[in-house]
Amino acid sequence: MSSTNVTIAAGPRSQPEPFEIHVEAAVLSDLHVRLRETRWGDVADDDGWKLGTNPGYLRDLVTYWAHQYDWSVQEAALNRVPQFTAAVDRARLHFVHAKDGAPRLPLLLLHGWPDSFYRFHKVIPRLRETFEVVVPSLPGFGFTGPVRRSSPEQQNRQSAQLLWRLMTEVLGHRRFAVAGGDGGSALAQLLAIDHPESVVGIHLTDLGWHVANADRSKVSKVERKYLEAGEKRFMADGAYVMVQSTRPQSLAPALNDSPVALAAWIVDRFHSWSDAFEVAFPKDELLTNIMIYWVTQTIGPSMESYRAEVVSPSLSVADHVDVPVGLALFPNDIGGIPPRAFAERTLNVQRWTEMPRGGHFAAWEEPELYAGDVTSFFQAVGGSWGAI
Amino acid sequence: MSVQPFQVSVPDSVLVDLRQRLARTRLPPAEEDAGWEAGTSPAFLRRLVQHWQTGFDWRAEEAAINRFSHFRASIRGLEIHFIHERGRGDAPLPLVLTHGYPDSFLRFTKLIPLLTDPAAYGGDAADSFDVVVPSLPGFGFSTHPGREGATFEVGDIWHELMTKELGYQRFGAHGGDWGSTVTEHLARSHGHSLVGAHHTDVPFWHTFQKPDDASPAEQAHFARTEKFMHEEGAYAMIQGTRPQTLAQGLMDSPAGLAAWLVEKFQTLSDCGGDVETRFTMDELLTNVMVYWASGTIGSSFRPYHDFTQAGAMRWIVEKAKEWIGASKVPTGFAVFPKDSSRTPREWAERFHNVQRFTEMPRGGHFAAFEEPQLLAEELRAFFRPLRPGAR
Repeated sequence: MSSTNVTIAAGPRSQPEPFEIHVEAAVLSDLHVRLRETRWGDVADDDGWKLGTNPGYLRDLVTYWAHQYDWSVQEAALNRVPQFTAAVDRARLHFVHAKDGAPRLPLLLLHGWPDSFYRFHKVIPRLRETFEVVVPSLPGFGFTGPVRRSSPEQQNRQSAQLLWRLMTEVLGHRRFAVAGGDGGSALAQLLAIDHPESVVGIHLTDLGWHVANADRSKVSKVERKYLEAGEKRFMADGAYVMVQSTRPQSLAPALNDSPVALAAWIVDRFHSWSDAFEVAFPKDELLTNIMIYWVTQTIGPSMESYRAEVVSPSLSVADHVDVPVGLALFPNDIGGIPPRAFAERTLNVQRWTEMPRGGHFAAWEEPELYAGDVTSFFQAVGGSWGAI
Repeated sequence: MSVQPFQVSVPDSVLVDLRQRLARTRLPPAEEDAGWEAGTSPAFLRRLVQHWQTGFDWRAEEAAINRFSHFRASIRGLEIHFIHERGRGDAPLPLVLTHGYPDSFLRFTKLIPLLTDPAAYGGDAADSFDVVVPSLPGFGFSTHPGREGATFEVGDIWHELMTKELGYQRFGAHGGDWGSTVTEHLARSHGHSLVGAHHTDVPFWHTFQKPDDASPAEQAHFARTEKFMHEEGAYAMIQGTRPQTLAQGLMDSPAGLAAWLVEKFQTLSDCGGDVETRFTMDELLTNVMVYWASGTIGSSFRPYHDFTQAGAMRWIVEKAKEWIGASKVPTGFAVFPKDSSRTPREWAERFHNVQRFTEMPRGGHFAAFEEPQLLAEELRAFFRPLRPGAR
């Protein structure tokens, strides 16, 4: 594997270096031993998803992983898009950089947890027709890996700053567009708040977690209902957040040591937050995302921001994004579609699209709908940039 | 009568497989040590896994465990494992001790000799007990029925074990954590068979129904319980709502299982931050081994699900009605200062006929293991006036 967990000091303007994913044979053969030797347990009587990851599905997935899934094919496909790494501050950021011909509006695409830069693999071909596309592995994730922080304060804000330096200092862009969901939504908002001079607009698929803290007494009845439904859902399906934000060190050892542990933990989220889970996420695709965590050993670092953002939040409900915001809302995303008035409390909403189908991983599940909405939004607000 | 002698005997194949897994343990990449604040200390886990591979001797631990007399009984379709040690003295009082999560029957191994043979430990032979220590259904070497709601049946099973299987007419009961729930169930449903009930906590689920007239101490207790759930309750949430998402992984990774279980021994014991002041690595690993060798981590999550599922509240209310009012059984409490709960006396009195309430000078959630001498003295003192023939 190429060096992925390295943190090195760098000068202010590092040159991007071409990067290809290459996982060492020893890592793959070790994985195969673990998969073949999976110690199955009679963990529950439920044969569905009511009590968590469906045991029957998990068994099928691991069998497929061990016997049919072919990493070399997936790796070759991943390497068909141009990737680079660049030193920024103490991090070495990994990113896809796809640009064709004439200068186009740069678009930074930000994934979340528990996905990866792979979230956008289906929309890159479509979006690069209009944009210069940059898809980083976020700090802590995948081929970027853990990043040594300058302080424990506001880690997401530090990550946003690294991404800003990537776009401006490394890639030389004065102005750019940002799109994202989940953790990527929070980072996009932080970029917009901290660098409105650089950010043309942001396109989001959700409002970010922080809005759950909105003061119930100061919102309308409809908004209150939305927030209360969110609370109820959190009690039923939010335990992963509690574990990751309070006791991640008690969880990470199992997930880093056992591929079935990692798969069960991740797949449960994909199932909860999508419609038509098995159709939307073929096993090859799910496993490639899981492999990005496995081969880089980043499940622990990927969970860091959960705790860090509880201890020292980067965003609060008092923050407001002033640059134009486009929202594409997918009905099966966590909590469904929020009231527009609620979104407008924290965001300068210029485009509001309620999608007919799709869930949390919109760019992956509904690439056409997602790419179409992103393109339309930036064609409207990015006009002043002049290139589209 | 279905009682059969039982020995803990882990097959060689399980130990060989375990050795291989430990050898290929892939701990998360080392960073500067983060301590215990965010869960099990990575540095401690590294040492523990190292010790598991090179220092820990399961066969020696197993032999020590088997120095107790073990049995299994078939009750209501389950195989219930238990230790049964007869007391030394003229009239030992039968006493059933019930453990919780994430411990096991091992919680009581240091306490048992102090209770069966007080004369050998500076006590009075008149205070001796016949001690019964079962493994909860789905824990260690007891089976689980594999359906929801079984947690509320354990008291009935224990009653059958003590009376029908072991032939005791009347007995005492003690427990903490889930053992406290079971002990309360025994007192409420089978009060006529109970000499006395002794707890280290009031079952947490009583706080689901808060009284209107709570005292300041009770209000502080509720606030503490809520704070605990908020800051340290994630394990209960995940084990209750998404057990399958976690359990299969802990079945597969011994280091992962150890990390998940050992955290609680550090946070809930009176160890001043250093878990090894209360538990040796051998002791911690022997308890982990009970879960690993029996493959019961998944079924050990079931009580949490029984209390977390959507209908749990309604169910608690209905079950409480079946438990016919407040128990008349004389009840004692030993409250340990570093336990997570630390109930005030008036809260305990709402549910129990409290005859003894002692705030202990030291010790935590695993009191029987941390402070066996203190707890033994407390149990002797509580049951002394309740023994047949006592004035």
